[in-house]
Amino acid sequence: MSEPTQDQPHIFPEGRKPGEMLFSMLLLILAAALLAALPWQTTWISGKGLAAQPRFWPALSLGGVILFAILHKLMRHRVDRTPGRWSEGLNWIRSLEYIGWYMLYVATIPVIGYLFATVIFCTLLSLRVGYRGRMNVWAALFGLVVVLFFKSAMNVKIPGGAIYDYAPDGLRYILLRYF
Amino acid sequence: MDILLSSIELIARWDVMAALLIGSIGGVIVGGLPGVGAAVAIAIVLPVTFSLEPIVGLTALLGIYGSSMFGGAIPAILVNTPGTPVNALTTYDGYPMTQRGEGRRALSLAYSASFFGALFSIAALMVLAPVLAKVAPMFGAREIFLAALLGILLVIITHRGQVLAAAMLSCVGIFLQTIGIEPTAYTQRYTFGMGWLQSGIDLIVVVLGLFAISQALILFMDKDKAITLPHVEKVGFFAQMKDLWVYRRIAAVGSAFGVICGMIPGVGEFMSQFMSYSYAQRTSKTPERFGKGNPEGIVASEAANNSVPAAAMIPLLALGIPGEELTAMMLAVFYVHNVIPGPQLFAQQMDFVIALYLCLLLLNIIVVIFLFFATDTLMKAMTIPNRFLGMMILTFSLIGVYSLRNSLTDVAIASGFGVFGFILKRLDYPTSPIILGIVLGKLMEDKLRTAMARVREPWDFIDRPIAFILFSMILIAVIVQAWTVWKSWRAEEKSPKDA
Repeated sequence: MSEPTQDQPHIFPEGRKPGEMLFSMLLLILAAALLAALPWQTTWISGKGLAAQPRFWPALSLGGVILFAILHKLMRHRVDRTPGRWSEGLNWIRSLEYIGWYMLYVATIPVIGYLFATVIFCTLLSLRVGYRGRMNVWAALFGLVVVLFFKSAMNVKIPGGAIYDYAPDGLRYILLRYF
Repeated sequence: MDILLSSIELIARWDVMAALLIGSIGGVIVGGLPGVGAAVAIAIVLPVTFSLEPIVGLTALLGIYGSSMFGGAIPAILVNTPGTPVNALTTYDGYPMTQRGEGRRALSLAYSASFFGALFSIAALMVLAPVLAKVAPMFGAREIFLAALLGILLVIITHRGQVLAAAMLSCVGIFLQTIGIEPTAYTQRYTFGMGWLQSGIDLIVVVLGLFAISQALILFMDKDKAITLPHVEKVGFFAQMKDLWVYRRIAAVGSAFGVICGMIPGVGEFMSQFMSYSYAQRTSKTPERFGKGNPEGIVASEAANNSVPAAAMIPLLALGIPGEELTAMMLAVFYVHNVIPGPQLFAQQMDFVIALYLCLLLLNIIVVIFLFFATDTLMKAMTIPNRFLGMMILTFSLIGVYSLRNSLTDVAIASGFGVFGFILKRLDYPTSPIILGIVLGKLMEDKLRTAMARVREPWDFIDRPIAFILFSMILIAVIVQAWTVWKSWRAEEKSPKDA
């Protein structure tokens, strides 16, 4: 390679990624719907200049999103499309599974406590993504170290679990304070 | 001299030193892990720093920011995978050097060029600091508005090939900051009657979603890559550092590009290293060897990208304008502690500013010493599988987002932005324009409102010298961009379709 090709002006790139037009279209529809809601989601105060109107910046920014999304779509129409927009869309939806895991993890913290929730989350997630054996142990150990560092040592504000209430008094304090 | 002593007093504390040590070593490690990077690490650590004093929190974040590029050079040189995006150019010459058995020399050059770049920029900025203290108070509301507008324009323009996508996403960011109760007339904007939207969308929650959670999703959806570590010759790093003397001209020019580009909001590392690399190639006696393992290429890119962090602090500290996503995140630390960066900070708290630069100096020394002893161990960290890293990032990101308010709503919003960021990354769209849109959009709204109260005629807006210069720069940037688009359009129209 004699020159870094990425640095060349690259206004109309060759080919386009699957899902690009789908994304622009979804963003365009969302921005248009939000702009249509402008009259009842923002206020116009009579007697004030344009720059001081609460409505000015939302209108300007949403107008910008719509304008640039349309221009982007028009420009990208000129280049060859790479097939696979729906399978790419499916990938976006598939990512929601991990968000589900994450939300479940957060929801269980106030119930079973940060320590148990984290160790279980790390172990199960490592199993889900395909690791078996020693990697699961490493995942559990990693969870333990995270809790010891952030909650026990750094005292980061994360609530204790409801199950800690069942522990004897002395132990309950330690669990609430450090785990 | 008094200011310098006062600055030393500010940082000569165990907690600042601990933050510096943890931040800089942590930064090297995350920089050395492809798929993590400084943005993810800062996003995760940011909420934890809110409980610390500003100087301690900022030192930790500066440590990560300033040292990640050192670490990023290791996988770039040894396995042809940049640890952070700004190390991409280092792969061009670093990896071919490794292939011909000069990996250690390439690493040594990268470290010494990075160190030189950092020292150069800190020295330049310490010299410039008194000048900046005089110039900064000349920035009123309209100048800050114009500087922020210029910043956002440059962020868009510098995303070559994705200018329209960057513009679209900047507008998304500007819109996001308008949600909630606006602070002057206290009217609601886009809250849809929902209480949790009244306080607006927290920048930290957006940052964690866009940078950390999205990166975890990217890693989960990817396959693990088998990384084979190359054999690296056993030669002392110190012995090879003298190599940099041979390339001192390239290191100095590259660092100067870094300082200039770092000071201009929105330009940053990418532009500086491409300019530096192009200069080095143009002036080299062996330009044909660039991209095939020319040490000049490594020096050019590493000196340039590592001289940016110190310079990028200038618009942040002097004007309150972040130039890229990392400094935008740091701005949050200032606001949490009610320290408002801007002209007054430079005029009244110069010791604080100098203290930050001293921290930058120290962190570079710590990093170089650490790398001399720990490079071989760091190489092993590169073999952590992708999806395991994804699990680690997701676990860490909970600390950032949940420790803010223990709110499930915050986690849900961050997750939403995580999926949004995941889609953007899959499409190779930039995420930084959203963050800068949020931060600079708020600044522009406030400053335009204040400025317009004193403006009678449109010309009044630019009747002060700095305002006029900034306005001219905006015009020039727009004209140059329009010209570039037109030229490309014409070239495309002229070229045959099948060529």
